Amino acid sequence: MEKTYYDPADLKKFGKISDWNEELGEKFFDYYGKVFEEGSLSAREKSLIALAVSHAVQCPYCIDAYTGDGLKRGITKEEMMEAVHVAAAIRGGATLVHSVQMMNKYDKLSM
Amino acid sequence: MLKSLQAKHSELSKTEKQLEILSGGIFKEGSMPTFSDKIKSVGQFPLRPKKIEILQLNVGYMCNQVCAHCHVDAGPDRKEIMTVETMQQCLEVIKNTGVHTLDLTGGAPEMNPNFRWFVEEASKLGVQDFIVRSNLTIILANKKYNDLPEFFAKHNIHVISSLPYYKREKTDKQRGDGVFDKSIEALQMLNKVGYGMPDSRLKLDLVYNPSGAFLPTDQQALENDFKKALKEDFDVEFNSLFAITNLPISRFLDYLISSDNYEDYMYALVEAFNPNAVANVMCTNTISVSYDGWLYDCDFNQMLGLKVASAEKHISQFNEESLTDRTILISQHCYGCTAGAGSSCQGTVA
Repeated sequence: MEKTYYDPADLKKFGKISDWNEELGEKFFDYYGKVFEEGSLSAREKSLIALAVSHAVQCPYCIDAYTGDGLKRGITKEEMMEAVHVAAAIRGGATLVHSVQMMNKYDKLSM
Repeated sequence: MLKSLQAKHSELSKTEKQLEILSGGIFKEGSMPTFSDKIKSVGQFPLRPKKIEILQLNVGYMCNQVCAHCHVDAGPDRKEIMTVETMQQCLEVIKNTGVHTLDLTGGAPEMNPNFRWFVEEASKLGVQDFIVRSNLTIILANKKYNDLPEFFAKHNIHVISSLPYYKREKTDKQRGDGVFDKSIEALQMLNKVGYGMPDSRLKLDLVYNPSGAFLPTDQQALENDFKKALKEDFDVEFNSLFAITNLPISRFLDYLISSDNYEDYMYALVEAFNPNAVANVMCTNTISVSYDGWLYDCDFNQMLGLKVASAEKHISQFNEESLTDRTILISQHCYGCTAGAGSSCQGTVA
């Protein structure tokens, strides 16, 4: 067994997930490709969203992939970092907004 | 200023070493297909030329810049320069063949002491498209070059210039400190004499190549970004943008290896292989001539020392028929010209 959970070389093998379930694998990759096409949002905007989400879901493969994709598209490092801060703000906000629940519960249980 | 690989006595300045790397490792182990296997799989092997339409002359490796990605390993310390005798042999070939495009490259071609003489002589021969690949900063490098825009205009030269990005940081990182500002000033000088301006006959194209271990994106999208930014920020105009992929040879290969990006980059090139690009790669209609008159399938093969596979290998023996009949020499660097929308000295090909 590998001594680490993540191997950067595994990103290149992503397509192999179809080997064990061709139908669902192919449906996923078709869908994936379609999602990133130019639409109401540009492919460039979608790439930045993907980069931000990659950080939010803490996927090292996705971070590698969308940093490279952003470079290709001419996305600047300032734009990339701002996108990551958006992800961080939402994650931080998501934690903090739950504190309202904590406050409600605290007040309910307290005399 | 940086030194060339040759001046640093780097192992990678040797063509045999580069070819060994390109044929070894992942390609030898079989984890990735060689270029010949790949084009065999799509029925395009061996790679054969069509009609010779473009003569690309490398008039010398001397340059005022030392770009980090340079496939020529050019720089101020390179002294290889095309002589008048070789230039005369090139003029004979232009006169006697169906070549319609003449493409001067280097180094900085303008640094060849016989550059202006050659341009004057060659422009008398009436080639349809006479290209000079100018690095822009040469125009400001010395007083004697300041009138180059007027000289180019007088001879209706088609100017093609590298500008890796429309922002200072990325350009200077690849081409050296201060290059961006000088390039912009040179572009403004070219615009002033009519280059790249709407309705002008004087053509000014720019070349984008990625500043790092990644492939270029869509050429049209990049052209739109460049046009908008250069017009808004510097009032600079140009005609077209060519997106060129960096080929894994010479200084760019050195960068890929030292930054531990080589395997991933080769993987990205192989993954992006586009069979439609193969039919139109530039070696199918171009002959590249080195400063000392040897003939090559392209400027990249020239830098790898791969002379044409034809009985006559020198400009003094130029034989259009046997050259058209040759097989083009290939190695794994060729993946750079067939990735995505393809890549050539005139941009994408597919």
